[in-house]
Amino acid sequence: MSREIHKRIEGRSPAFLALIAGLGILVLLGMGSAWTMEHNGHVITGMSNRIVWGMPHVFAVFLIVAASGALNVASISSVFGRTAYKPLSRLSVVLAIALLVGGLSVLVLDLGRPDRLIVAMTTYNFRSIFAWNIYLYVGFIAIAGVYLWLMMERSLNRFSKPAGMVAFIWRLALTTGTGSIFGFLVARQAYDAAVMAPLFIAMSFAFGLAIFILVIMFTSGGTGRELGEAMVRRLKNLLGIFVGAVLYFTIVQHLTNIYAAEHHAVERFILLDGGIYTTLFWVGQIIIGGALPLVLLFTPLFADSREAIALAALSVIAGGMAQLYVIIIGGQAFPLVLFPGKIVSSSFADGSIASYSPSLPEIGLGIGGVALALVIVAMAVKILALLPRTLADAETDPT
Amino acid sequence: MSCGNSCNSNTTSRRGFLTSMAASAAGATAGLTLAPGVTLFSPAQARARGKGEAASSKVRWGMLVDANKCDDGCTACVDACADENGWQGEGNPATDAQWIRKVKVTDPGTGKSQSLPMMCQHCEEPPCVDVCPTGASMKRADGIVLVDKHSCIGCRYCMMACPYQARSFVHEPVSGQRTHAPRGKGTVESCTFCVHRVDEGQQPACVEACGGTKRGALTFGDLNDSESEISKKIATYPTQAIRSDLGLKPGVRYLGLDT
Amino acid sequence: MTLRTIISVLVATFVFVAISSSAEAAGRVTIPEPAKGKGDQCVADTSFMRKNHPSLLKHQRDDTLRKGIRGNEFSLKECVACHAVDGKDAKPVTYENPEHFCRTCHAYVAVKLDCFECHASTPDKKRQANELPKKHPPTNVLSSWRDLSAQTCEGG
Repeated sequence: MSREIHKRIEGRSPAFLALIAGLGILVLLGMGSAWTMEHNGHVITGMSNRIVWGMPHVFAVFLIVAASGALNVASISSVFGRTAYKPLSRLSVVLAIALLVGGLSVLVLDLGRPDRLIVAMTTYNFRSIFAWNIYLYVGFIAIAGVYLWLMMERSLNRFSKPAGMVAFIWRLALTTGTGSIFGFLVARQAYDAAVMAPLFIAMSFAFGLAIFILVIMFTSGGTGRELGEAMVRRLKNLLGIFVGAVLYFTIVQHLTNIYAAEHHAVERFILLDGGIYTTLFWVGQIIIGGALPLVLLFTPLFADSREAIALAALSVIAGGMAQLYVIIIGGQAFPLVLFPGKIVSSSFADGSIASYSPSLPEIGLGIGGVALALVIVAMAVKILALLPRTLADAETDPT
Repeated sequence: MSCGNSCNSNTTSRRGFLTSMAASAAGATAGLTLAPGVTLFSPAQARARGKGEAASSKVRWGMLVDANKCDDGCTACVDACADENGWQGEGNPATDAQWIRKVKVTDPGTGKSQSLPMMCQHCEEPPCVDVCPTGASMKRADGIVLVDKHSCIGCRYCMMACPYQARSFVHEPVSGQRTHAPRGKGTVESCTFCVHRVDEGQQPACVEACGGTKRGALTFGDLNDSESEISKKIATYPTQAIRSDLGLKPGVRYLGLDT
Repeated sequence: MTLRTIISVLVATFVFVAISSSAEAAGRVTIPEPAKGKGDQCVADTSFMRKNHPSLLKHQRDDTLRKGIRGNEFSLKECVACHAVDGKDAKPVTYENPEHFCRTCHAYVAVKLDCFECHASTPDKKRQANELPKKHPPTNVLSSWRDLSAQTCEGG
């Protein structure tokens, strides 16, 4: 048997070129959106002094969270010794880097002064979780890059396991940091909670794997590579467990809040009468992002159908976006409590729910970030030998 | 032109001062020319720091809001601040800056309501300073919390962290700024306690304007100086900080809150 | 005179004429002359200011904003007040106008300025009304700043 497990894709077919062109257009659209926002100021967006983080943050946080989750497939193989996943490790690492780059691009281009990125990279306030995150993100890209190199350079393969361990620990720290951006906001009723960090880790597992499953299905189908039943079933079961974990932490998050009278108002807002946020929570996050994928993945009705699994992965992604929208935007829409127990009003909308509707440039910027991540993956599988030649059961599961 | 000659002589003495700047003692600066034509001698202004003298942690600037004296409908403090610092709106209420605003607080049980100004509370433990990734959000030695717009990247995390909704993001291009209050698109800003006035020994514009209405609901001064008017009032009357449960030790305190 | 020298001189002359005429033909921008200050002399020598004004301003901005040190010499506000150029409406022009004293040079050297994104590029209206521009008699301010800078600015 040839030892050459991975192989570059040809990357000359009209379909591939069309894919790159399509994604390229979306990236340009994102850049145009960013330029428009930068040129006119954030006044053209839906954001305000009450909703200071809008749609770009929903996309950016989703991509960053998913990035650390996408690395999991590699970690399962190198850290937990499941050799069946090994052929997928390279793609897993590249997808993680690509998603992170896409997410960070959105985050940076939504800054008030993106031209001062150099300031963010050279001036640090170490009491800020944001500043730590800059290190965590840059470090993640560097570590993942080294990890990939050690896996691809056969003479250095023996070092890939410890590198995988470092990458795994680092990604846990990264997601903890991302969750803590919200968890550390003591004054905000919707955030101030330590459960944010583990919740974000569970979310990263689910979102990252959902994207990974779609990418591996798409690339296998598009390049005529075989994708064995056993591998699909493994990924499917894993996704189901992660979706369950997200639901579990979501329940813990809200039950803890409901127990404290202080948080009744914000819980009522999210769960009962928050309009769009309540709808997104129940329909988006819980039904589409949680219940539907579990039904698609585990009921005998669909019997491991690939369409059902792909649909489950898609609905996990859609539900994840809804969840982040509820957390990020809903959490800000609910007013700060300055005078507990009082009715407050002002010219600054104190005491009332802030309104927000995402603008086209915001959505365009977010989609541009997603497209950038996918373009990086598409180019990477053409340039580097990342994709396994085959994922037939006989190859991955010799037992 | 009463200014002509005095300006020149003032400038000359200032120059003499400058050359011996390193050796100059703080006390020697009383009655100093702060800017040509502005010479400070009055007792109320005696606290102006001298040229070249840094803000000191011996001073802790603070403000006391007497809610009993503040009227619903009066916006003298807000108007004065907007004029002084040049943040008049662009006609977009959701995105316009509001360094200071009037808040109406109503008790749902009794229906009794109060009106009071809300602005940066100049916390001793400011969350905005903690979360700022670049250190642009900063607290001066004398307790005034500022945004260093030279290093603000406009990430708006400070606005997420502030419990008082005290900060604004500049959503639109700005022109016609006041020379003493630089502000520009893409950066975050908030009440500065009129730091440019305070450094010259004057009161913040809002305090002066409130006094001008004869209400006198605002008192500004040094919380570390037990002889200052604000310290005496705080020692005499029960005052409170808003969201004192957060332990941020704000420099702005409220008197007569109906809680 | 050797032939070689003659050829050298001819070549040099040709090159010089070619360069200068092509520069003219290309409509080369003339070297800017930023507006003179209104006083007798600047806070430091022109050559010193030309070279060091960015670091002087940067140093002082941090002192003023972060430490609260007021009234020092190298103030952007004073530069703007002293070097203001009046436009057709007899009011000082803003940085939007190519005649603005900062812009004349900065456009020439193609260095983007960030100052006036936030700072006023015209003098304070109150000052204009009741004050004469400040005069700077020649003193040894510069050397005192240099002394100071030796203590505080090294590596900054």
